[in-house]
Amino acid sequence: MEKNIILAGVGGQGILSIAFVIDNAALDAGFEFKQAEVHGMAQRGGAVQSHLRYADGPIYSDLIPVGAADMVLSVEPLEVMRYWHYLRPDGWVVSSVTPYVNIPDYPDADDLLESLATFANCILVDGGLIAKAAGNLRAQNMVAVGAASSRLDFSEDQLLAYVEALFKRKGEKIVEVNQRAFRLGRAAGLFFRGLVDAGLGIPSALRLCQRIDPPTYDPNLARQWADAVAADPGVLEGLLASEATVPCDQVPARV
Amino acid sequence: MSREILLGDEAVGLGAIHSGLSGVYAYPGTPSTEIFEFVERIARKTGDIHAFWSTNEKVAYEEALGMSWAGKRALVCMKHVGLNVAADAFMNSAVTGTNGGLVLAVADDPGMHSSQNEQDSRYFAQFALIPCFEPRNQQECYDMMFEAFDMSEVLSLPVMVRLVTRIAHSRAGVQTRQARDQNPLSPARDIRKWTLLPSNARIQYRHLTEKQPELLRRSEASSHNELVLAGRRGVITCGLADNYYRENVTNGDHSVLSIRQYPVPAGKIRELVDHVDELLILEDGYPLVESMVRGLFGLAGVQVMGRMTGEVPRTGELDPDIVRTALGLEPRPTAHAAATDLAGRPPALCKGCPHVDSFRALNEALSSFDNPQVFSDIGCYTLAALPPLEAIHSCVAMGASIGMAAGAAHAGYTPAVAAIGDSTFSHGGITPLLSAVQQKVNLNVLVLDNDTVGMTGTQRSMSTGETLDQIILGAGVEPEHMRIIVPTPRNHDENVAVIREELAYDGPSVIIARRSCLEAIKKA
Repeated sequence: MEKNIILAGVGGQGILSIAFVIDNAALDAGFEFKQAEVHGMAQRGGAVQSHLRYADGPIYSDLIPVGAADMVLSVEPLEVMRYWHYLRPDGWVVSSVTPYVNIPDYPDADDLLESLATFANCILVDGGLIAKAAGNLRAQNMVAVGAASSRLDFSEDQLLAYVEALFKRKGEKIVEVNQRAFRLGRAAGLFFRGLVDAGLGIPSALRLCQRIDPPTYDPNLARQWADAVAADPGVLEGLLASEATVPCDQVPARV
Repeated sequence: MSREILLGDEAVGLGAIHSGLSGVYAYPGTPSTEIFEFVERIARKTGDIHAFWSTNEKVAYEEALGMSWAGKRALVCMKHVGLNVAADAFMNSAVTGTNGGLVLAVADDPGMHSSQNEQDSRYFAQFALIPCFEPRNQQECYDMMFEAFDMSEVLSLPVMVRLVTRIAHSRAGVQTRQARDQNPLSPARDIRKWTLLPSNARIQYRHLTEKQPELLRRSEASSHNELVLAGRRGVITCGLADNYYRENVTNGDHSVLSIRQYPVPAGKIRELVDHVDELLILEDGYPLVESMVRGLFGLAGVQVMGRMTGEVPRTGELDPDIVRTALGLEPRPTAHAAATDLAGRPPALCKGCPHVDSFRALNEALSSFDNPQVFSDIGCYTLAALPPLEAIHSCVAMGASIGMAAGAAHAGYTPAVAAIGDSTFSHGGITPLLSAVQQKVNLNVLVLDNDTVGMTGTQRSMSTGETLDQIILGAGVEPEHMRIIVPTPRNHDENVAVIREELAYDGPSVIIARRSCLEAIKKA
């Protein structure tokens, strides 16, 4: 077993906090791991990445070779594109779709999502929406690692333990918010994949997820939602026409 | 004894502590900063290791040498270009030799992630005639510290541990050992050894050269220099390059020599060369081993390949893909071609940064001049070279802004303006200012006093606030031409007026733009 993950985002988004959670879980599980990161000049609002590798055997390079990454895990959609050539052909994109716009030539949001949606193996979540629901917009990094957690080799509790360790000195409330962000991110990711695996297109699945109230994401309801949208396109149009979110358990009845 | 998650830098720091360290010395510089910071964090708890930032690398090196003179173990850390600053003390410490163990951890930056050049410190070790270790992973970063301190004490030589960014800033689990005791205070007694008058220095230098066969013998026998003879295609890997080779070739038929201890093990290279028809040399940095193996006239009968022949790019950091190509292997298939024309996300000054207000004021004050150029220095404010500010026009070496502005003024250039941070000023700006004042040079120095070393993570600055003012006045700047402004948007017009007044003055003047770094305030 060997897992190679490129962590991506913008300086200040907390990429290294994601690394902390996975590094510790890997060490705890008895794996070898290496995790190369960016310090210094690039951290000042620049593109930031970290190469994280864990395996049950020796790991040589601190850097992941092009074509050897199992996952690009990004807190920001544009940053996925900077590293997607690292992915092996069956690799996964796990990303928040909430843009971090600090440059004048940031690409059009719809074009960006269309590009990400070309990856059949993807988990897309609205990090901003979910982190806000968890109680703090800054917790988008924990949403992202939560969304990816079902594709990592650790239990939810193992990872949550290191979310706690990471934020412990900032107090109980911050720990709770970040653990909630992780849990909602995980549920959102599973719900999103449930929709896609049930046949819903990736752009539709994402739009639907963005209209569901984050605390209510229930992966078990994904198939029913996918079926409802497939049976009646008006269901999704109706949801998109409104700004409001709906609880996940209010699956529209089939016509 | 446990397994800890450590950066390569931190593994060096912990290895030093467990080797019985008594003092750590450094000036912040990416990618070396975290070595000192790690030791400092532990020293704060244990209280038995001296850990205080130095004003620059030369001072750090001399303090470490003094600790060694007193019989205790010292670690001095810096980035590659910092060793240029420390070179005087460094080169001569090889001649004096050491008493307590003295290890220099120097972190090179191939690829220039955060540096002005990618000079290779292995040349400095060779130049000074001292041993050098080059760890390829975090465990070796830790383990080699024990060997380096031992070797320093046995041979009475400073020993270099050479890192590169990629190992300095990469984490892994490290198995740690039992810590050993520090040395007792036992000052050096042989005065002649430490007093490099020519008559003593000649003797000491001869001693240094006489140690060289022993250094080579140790390199040849070292388990860090592993030779495996197999097929007729040979590979030499130095330090981290070994990982990139093994990442690509697990069951290869290459004959391989991995080098992680210097001087270069000539006997092992001879054995390898005699065995192969072609030889690929992989090193992260300059082609040091490659140029030695190739010599002036090439190696008869063996095709030597590497950075000098183009199989490996002449410049930049190695990575597994560059090494893959050099080995002649096909690229791995990928899920997607690399994106082209992707919007870049360059680093920028933080929102609300005082430097932004300082440079806006400077830009406006200079707007009446034709194409004004500002000499600058090394720190966050170097980012003012980029749009939208485009306020500075040079960045060469620590403190160079003031010296270069003075030189330009000597040539008749006006207005000669230097922009420098408070910490860079203490590092290398005081002496050129003193020189300019003595010569009554017509120049304007803008000291950006944000009360910290910003770019490397808000370390303590040595000359900020009142201390800075006193240094500037002590250098002889007229009190009426040392102006203090507070760089805020609200003060903009007032600040522009102050800068204009000083630009009009014919003589040395200093404007201090004083407002604390927001990152530092956030952390405090």
